Amino acid sequence: MTTDPAPALAKTRVNHRGVVDCDIHPMPATPTEMAEFLPARWAKHVASYGARVAQPFLGMVPYPRMTAGNGSRLDAFPPGGGLPGSNLPFMREQLLDPLGIEYGILQPLSIGSHTFDQGLGAALCAASNDWQLEKWVKPEPRLKASLCVPQDDPDAAVAEIERHAGNPAFVHVAIPPRATEPLGRRRYWPVYQAAVEHDLPIALHSAAYGPGANSGSGWMSYYIEEHYAFAHSLQSVVTSMVMEGVFDRFPSLKVICVEGGFAWVPALAWRLDKAWHRMRDELPHVKRPPSEYMREHFWYTTQPMEEPEHPRHLLDVIEWIGADRLLFSTDYPHWDFDDPRQAFKVRLSDEMDQAIFRDNAKTLYRLS
Amino acid sequence: MHLPYPGAIDCDIHPAVPGSQVLLPYLDNYWRDTMTMVMKGMSRLELNSYPPNAPLSSRPDWRPREGKAGSDLPRLRAQALDHFGLRYAICNCLYGALAVYNPDLGAALCRAINDWMAKEWLDREPRLRASIVISLMDPETAAEEIERLAPDRRFVQVLVLAMGEMPLGRRNYWPIYKAAERHALPIGIHAGSMMCHAPTQSGYPSYLAEDYVTQAQAFATQTISFVAEGVFAKFPDLRVVLIESGVSWLPGLMWRVSKDWRGVRTEVPWIKKIPADIIRDHFRLTIQPLDAPPNSEELNRLLDHIGSDEMLLFATDYPHWQFEGDEVLPAGLPENLLQKILVDNPLATYPRLKEVLQ
Repeated sequence: MTTDPAPALAKTRVNHRGVVDCDIHPMPATPTEMAEFLPARWAKHVASYGARVAQPFLGMVPYPRMTAGNGSRLDAFPPGGGLPGSNLPFMREQLLDPLGIEYGILQPLSIGSHTFDQGLGAALCAASNDWQLEKWVKPEPRLKASLCVPQDDPDAAVAEIERHAGNPAFVHVAIPPRATEPLGRRRYWPVYQAAVEHDLPIALHSAAYGPGANSGSGWMSYYIEEHYAFAHSLQSVVTSMVMEGVFDRFPSLKVICVEGGFAWVPALAWRLDKAWHRMRDELPHVKRPPSEYMREHFWYTTQPMEEPEHPRHLLDVIEWIGADRLLFSTDYPHWDFDDPRQAFKVRLSDEMDQAIFRDNAKTLYRLS
Repeated sequence: MHLPYPGAIDCDIHPAVPGSQVLLPYLDNYWRDTMTMVMKGMSRLELNSYPPNAPLSSRPDWRPREGKAGSDLPRLRAQALDHFGLRYAICNCLYGALAVYNPDLGAALCRAINDWMAKEWLDREPRLRASIVISLMDPETAAEEIERLAPDRRFVQVLVLAMGEMPLGRRNYWPIYKAAERHALPIGIHAGSMMCHAPTQSGYPSYLAEDYVTQAQAFATQTISFVAEGVFAKFPDLRVVLIESGVSWLPGLMWRVSKDWRGVRTEVPWIKKIPADIIRDHFRLTIQPLDAPPNSEELNRLLDHIGSDEMLLFATDYPHWQFEGDEVLPAGLPENLLQKILVDNPLATYPRLKEVLQ
């Protein structure tokens, strides 16, 4: 297979009109930093029992990520120490200022969405939310927070949404795409009800943890496999939400798939439409072809950017999805970070460039 | 596109086991007694993935008034072989034997199906070829079954389900691949699940329509598993055919895995080539369903993304309901690609089809 001789690189975006980065990972600088935001009872619990989730190790992801700092850019370790993504001044210096990030959406990946102990989960989500406000959003107004909730305890999730409703620091409700049941099931509808009432989209960021195996054939062996399986977890969310009729019940619900790439979206839409057409009598509650719900209710962040051998093929994919559905993201400080100046290996039209890098996110999140 | 097309080879049709009773003559005394006396409740081992009366499982006009679609040779002959003018058709028998957890029972039933297939179908219809069905629960016994049947040149492939207990690239399964490679038999992976695990990472979906959509994830999983585990480094001549997998998910997978490999290739040092090229060399996909974009111009763009004209194999998926009337192939495929999909690619994938039979 040959590749295009000279990939039509996007021009360096020196004169761009600002970027909204929809996936930035803030980290605690020390293992105990988050404990300061936990009630004493739960801080003591974590110290004694750990935060136990469905994987073999405590406090460590199951697949070695082949680069230091749990899959980080090697140059993202703050000079003064601490983990990548844990130091606000260095994040400003390395990410926000040089790359013209007008707004950055924090994705803290709260482990509270996954813990076996649901009381602990609710406390960890609340701690993550308070920590985002205190450590990041108050000192740096370019940053916006994710409202993390323990989705498998919907009462607690709704209470946490109510606690912060109306605070413009939070731009969406964050739940992981790996949950106890498919995320379109009615068990989760109270969470969507609360999100809709407070006009908050739901953001689903790829998750390293989940109660089930990461494939329908059990656990994969390698990180290179696990990393692809993240996209599958998001495909299952899209499938479940559409086929369970979530959007007929909540017509104003907006959903963002984060860090799963996007080249899979058109094929899923074609396949869903065919299955819906064939088995409509199983799905009388789904009123329209699934692709129509996808087109109206879902957005996708761009990282990790798929890189076709012929870069122009990416334009076909964008056309099939709709350029208005893509939200640029860097995934800072992780190893597969997408630099806005180089992420697209194909030249976008000015309109598409502005939409994907900035305007789609500003419209969706109502950022001025 | 309408058939017949001279020499067309159908790489996926489904003769059906009407019920376990037809297998009794092909079981030894122990298993015959066990099936008739102890396991009366197992007289029908229908796969959860294909409820016999679901629309997916048979086109209405191919469904007999009584009995299971695909269980009758004269109907299969008239509706598939004669109707589409097929030169050969490869039988993929989807019976619950593929999903039995008891390794001894699974192996016994698979042996019985293979012998039943040879006698009841292959002996009676020279246009038929078949896949050897095996139980994944005991790979050594599965390899023995491949060895047992390999001399019968009408068996052209080894068949497993897309979702089992472990990803298919795992070393546990390598005895199967060793035997398959030795006899130039591709591994055919067909949609379906043993339900050892939920098909999604968030449990079991509510509807069959979701389950079927999610089968595409299973094929993507297995494609990556074969590549990541280094199966082709160990068995360079092995081919894998993804059957009833859908096709349009493939380019995005190749782009992403190839890119990731550049970043994390130290994890899988046995991968010496770009994963997309490994996939193009070793994987084939049947063309029903295609899950294609709605018009032919877009379809041709998708085919361009695949980047190979050697990967797609013609299939009707009879009697499953994938298309209406005679629209077995999408409109707008270029003539040279048609010849490849319908004839050349199947012959290259299944070398045994080129042998002239007595």
